[in-house]
Amino acid sequence: MHGDLHARLAGVTRVYPGAGAHPPVHALVPVDLELYKGEFFAIVGPSGCGKSTFLEVLAGLQQPSAGTVTFEGKTVRGEVADGIGVVFQEDASFPWLTVWDNAAFGLRRNGIREAEVRRRVEDALAFMGLKDFARAYPSQLSGGMRQRVCIARTLVLQPRLILLDEPFGALDAQTRLLMGDEVLRLWRRTGATVFLITHALDEAAMLADRIGAMSARPGHFIEIIETRWPRERDSTIVAEPAFGKITGRLWERLRGESLKALGHSAMAPAAAAAE
Amino acid sequence: MTRIGIIRLLVIVAMIGALELACRTGLIDHRVIISPSEMASALANLLASGAITADIERTLGVIIMVIVLSIVLGFAAGLVIHALPRVREALDPFFATYYAVPVFIFYPVLIAIFGLSPMPIVMIGVATAIVAMIIATLNGLDRVPRVLLKVARVHRLGRVATAMKLQLPAAAPYLFTGIKLSVSYGFIAVIAAEFILSPAGLGRDIADAYADFNNRRMYALILFLLIIATIVNAALHALDMRWAERHSGGRP
Amino acid sequence: MTATRRAVDTLVLVIVMLAIWEVLHRMAGSTALPDPVTTMSYFLHLVPSPRFAANAAATLLAFSIALVLAYAIGLAIGVWMGAHRLSGLVGEPILVAIYSLPKITLYPVVLLIFGLGISGKVAFGAMHGILPVALLTMGAIRAIPPVYLRSARTLHLSPWQTIATVLLPAVLPEVFTGLRIGFTVTLLGVLLGEMFASKLGLGAMIMNAMSLAQSEEMMTVAIVLFTFAAIANGVLLWIEHRLHRRV
Repeated sequence: MHGDLHARLAGVTRVYPGAGAHPPVHALVPVDLELYKGEFFAIVGPSGCGKSTFLEVLAGLQQPSAGTVTFEGKTVRGEVADGIGVVFQEDASFPWLTVWDNAAFGLRRNGIREAEVRRRVEDALAFMGLKDFARAYPSQLSGGMRQRVCIARTLVLQPRLILLDEPFGALDAQTRLLMGDEVLRLWRRTGATVFLITHALDEAAMLADRIGAMSARPGHFIEIIETRWPRERDSTIVAEPAFGKITGRLWERLRGESLKALGHSAMAPAAAAAE
Repeated sequence: MTRIGIIRLLVIVAMIGALELACRTGLIDHRVIISPSEMASALANLLASGAITADIERTLGVIIMVIVLSIVLGFAAGLVIHALPRVREALDPFFATYYAVPVFIFYPVLIAIFGLSPMPIVMIGVATAIVAMIIATLNGLDRVPRVLLKVARVHRLGRVATAMKLQLPAAAPYLFTGIKLSVSYGFIAVIAAEFILSPAGLGRDIADAYADFNNRRMYALILFLLIIATIVNAALHALDMRWAERHSGGRP
Repeated sequence: MTATRRAVDTLVLVIVMLAIWEVLHRMAGSTALPDPVTTMSYFLHLVPSPRFAANAAATLLAFSIALVLAYAIGLAIGVWMGAHRLSGLVGEPILVAIYSLPKITLYPVVLLIFGLGISGKVAFGAMHGILPVALLTMGAIRAIPPVYLRSARTLHLSPWQTIATVLLPAVLPEVFTGLRIGFTVTLLGVLLGEMFASKLGLGAMIMNAMSLAQSEEMMTVAIVLFTFAAIANGVLLWIEHRLHRRV
């Protein structure tokens, strides 16, 4: 049913040491996860639950406080492994480079021949719909297009595991759905394993093969839901009844966690009246 | 006080202490720099003797006049220019370059015209400080969010009421920046002018003490000016910080 | 259309300023303030003279050395305080406080330490320039979006590559603003130094002319300095706008 194992986190915790009067922050309690080759996995959870920490530990940007992370059989340790690409939440496009140079940026460092660079960049820009903007600067583009530049920059490195940290957080709802279509196209085209973080339940429900619902801090998986969507899918599946069921199930599991994250208990009104 | 504040205090104390030590042990020549404790005692004596009271009054008086004139006239000019967009556009390059050129090179010309009264000093001071206030006023009025003006119209406020109740408070943080700069520039301009040109005032006293090799007196006066300037700037800065909390969006 | 209108407005401004000059001249008399035409002809005869060249060279020399020092020391301090968080937090208010002080009060101290020659002027000029360079460089480094550093790691850049290809371009616009302001205040410091205690240099020329009641010389030298500063600042500002426009 699943493909081969691509990456695994076993017993991973992450504790941020306290500073001064502040106690240490347990961002993740022991988390186990297996990612399979070529699947689309999404994490949903309330703000501050540790989703971004999870991604950064998986990517090798942060060291786990305990437990191991392996990617393609090798332990991930302190640096980003070859074959992993990351698209961050914030706009990471470099304002002093054109769209073209932004996309080519990672390639040029790694000593790839110029002809190959050109081919890959053209390909990626065309795929991301940025061909006409190759000479533009990021400041001239909208937020959504800048994110596409960042995705193109990751694409040209031909990653086998693509990590996306709430890449569409700053965009409006309709644009997000359309960008979801783009990510699905990307996923099918590259055959990579995709790991996406989002706070939007509908986005996770639409995009992923498997969804990890994460609790409030300290983060751990409450449930992993399998969507069983066909590989050839797009945003129109929001019309399917199964979509509503999945989204409903996610909210059922996450509503209490979200309230916790907001600082109320689940019984907030009664508790407040009792004070 | 925060941990960083404590560290900062320690750093400053350490630097003064190091200077003191260097002077006492003779590492630093007594004819070049005297020890901080000596500076302090020299200042205390000087103040107690009343010898410089007249000069203090004169210098501080001139500075205050410069500051008040710059702020009031600068604000008024800013208001007028803001209401005349074409004039503003024409003056734009002028303002952009103003602080790039050493205005005080015209000091001697002003002396030649007005003689050695406090007048040229006041003029130089105002000339230096007023443009900062004008620029700050223009900035502040620019930054009044358009939506506030729409609110004013919804509430049917007239032009004056809109200005007083909405524009002025909204522009206030930027105006305050202008005030801070005017104070700072006013200080600098007046003392520099006194140093180079004036027949009286603290700046001139320092120049004289230097010429007379009177290090104790010179350092005492320098210390006095530095303390006053630091206290005034620090007070304004503290006010600024307090205001910044309330106006967290749109700080200059 | 707007370009010509702007040109006309600037011309009007220049004419107004000349008119004010002429009026002041009438009020003050020739010995105090010469009229524009006389000043112009004096200008044409003074500027090519060897005496002017000697003074201008002296000022230029002192200014260049002071500028290099101000930039080097200012950048070093700015980078250190920008990269080392604690130093930046502790030191910034101290630098800001020094920045707003009337540094002219410290000029005698500078003279006592460095003597009356060119070193005094250079030190005084550099003293002025270090601060804006340091403060703006520090600010620029602290403002680097952390996501740039993370991106550099995901793109497998070495530390040197990260600094050269990501951090440097990211801070360049704001650092350049610091360099431009540093240029202005260093010039200011050097001129002030010359006006107070120097025999050679353009600042000294002005003071000398004042003591000899030579108002045309005063105005001419002042105009030369004024024009130099204005043009230099204009060029730097143009470059700065080009840098900032991309960000």
